[in-house]
Amino acid sequence: MASEAHGAEEGGLVFHPMDQFIVKPLFGDGPIAWYTPTNVTLWMGLAVLAIIALLVLSTSKRAIVPSRGQSIAELAYGFVYKMVEDVAGKDGVKYFPYIMTLFMFIVCANFLGLIPMSFTTTSHIAVTVVMAMAVFLTVTILGFYLHGASFLKLFWISSAPLALRPILALIEVISYFVRPVSHSIRLAGNMMAGHAVIKVFAAFAAITAIAPLSVLAITAIYALEVLVSFIQAYVFAILTCVYLKDALHPHH
Amino acid sequence: MATETHSATGDGLADAVGVDTHAAADAAPGMPQLDFSSFPNQMFWLVVTLVVIYLVLTRVALPRIAAILAERQGTITNDLAAAEDLKAKAVEAEAAYNQALADARTEAQAIVAKAKAEIQADLDVAIQKADAEIAAKSAESEKAIAEIRAGAMDSIKVVATDTAAELVAVLGGKADDKAIGSAISDRLKG
Repeated sequence: MASEAHGAEEGGLVFHPMDQFIVKPLFGDGPIAWYTPTNVTLWMGLAVLAIIALLVLSTSKRAIVPSRGQSIAELAYGFVYKMVEDVAGKDGVKYFPYIMTLFMFIVCANFLGLIPMSFTTTSHIAVTVVMAMAVFLTVTILGFYLHGASFLKLFWISSAPLALRPILALIEVISYFVRPVSHSIRLAGNMMAGHAVIKVFAAFAAITAIAPLSVLAITAIYALEVLVSFIQAYVFAILTCVYLKDALHPHH
Repeated sequence: MATETHSATGDGLADAVGVDTHAAADAAPGMPQLDFSSFPNQMFWLVVTLVVIYLVLTRVALPRIAAILAERQGTITNDLAAAEDLKAKAVEAEAAYNQALADARTEAQAIVAKAKAEIQADLDVAIQKADAEIAAKSAESEKAIAEIRAGAMDSIKVVATDTAAELVAVLGGKADDKAIGSAISDRLKG
């Protein structure tokens, strides 16, 4: 029976597109406890180092006329700062460091995940759910803390006709609680799907006849994934800003 | 299939062919994302990572970038202010120049007007003097002409008288001075 499995491999087409997402311990082969250093640890650590290199090391000269690295750091800062200010308003600016943290982590993890043989931490539901739930809980608690019970007016659309309001309120409540689900699955799903598709095409490359086409397809998908990596980080951050705006200004 | 194989025939064979890792993967459901046994590990390391990133950003990176941007903004603002200053100075200098030009022009005009007035006054005096001189000269001339005319009348009378007397004498008459005189006077009057 084992030889049968072996035979399948010799057939040329071996699909293991999801193997890249397996969480493994870095040292040894034991069970994974909550503290075990795993490939998750490694790639998250690399994301931290990338952020330090990008935002700290490149700005160490504090040049008035910036170098390339410093330019990127300033662009990232300005990009997220402007996004927070535009979407969440002036009083949302004090939450800028939190959103910058999320954005920088996601964008660096996404790009690091594009390195061949790497591990994409943001493709895991566990990771994105923690971030999405953190955003959801923070925003909800903040809303009640700032506005008390009047935060519930977020669900009571006073501009709608009175007869429609209960129905709209129901829809609003459902959509509010669906937020963390869509928020987390959007990111993880996008990252996982793209990487899995690349792996599938890579498996096809074993067949000589379609190998060139496969390589071409991998290249195309890779380019798309570069775009998706940035866009998903942007979407995650801007949705966080939108939710934050709801907490700061719940009245429509 | 492979999982069944392993559970049935034992691990010895599986280890021998080195399919063990695949077997482990297959043992988990299709998606490693849904392998809940790895969730606490991922969540723990994620929280550690986010906290580290947050600390790095708030302690070092963000204040530093904000300072750089503020400093640049300050430099630009200062430069703009200096430029504005210089521009104001240039405008001031231009105004002063224009003022000086206008002053010079009015002064020049005043001088021209004054000179003109002086010349006019001199000219008037000269013209008056000339007029007076001309009047005097013409009066003198008229007098002279009148004198000459009167002289001429007397001369004519004398010549006419003489000529008439001569004519009368030549014609064989006897010249009567008184008659001739009165005749000539009559003729001259007519």
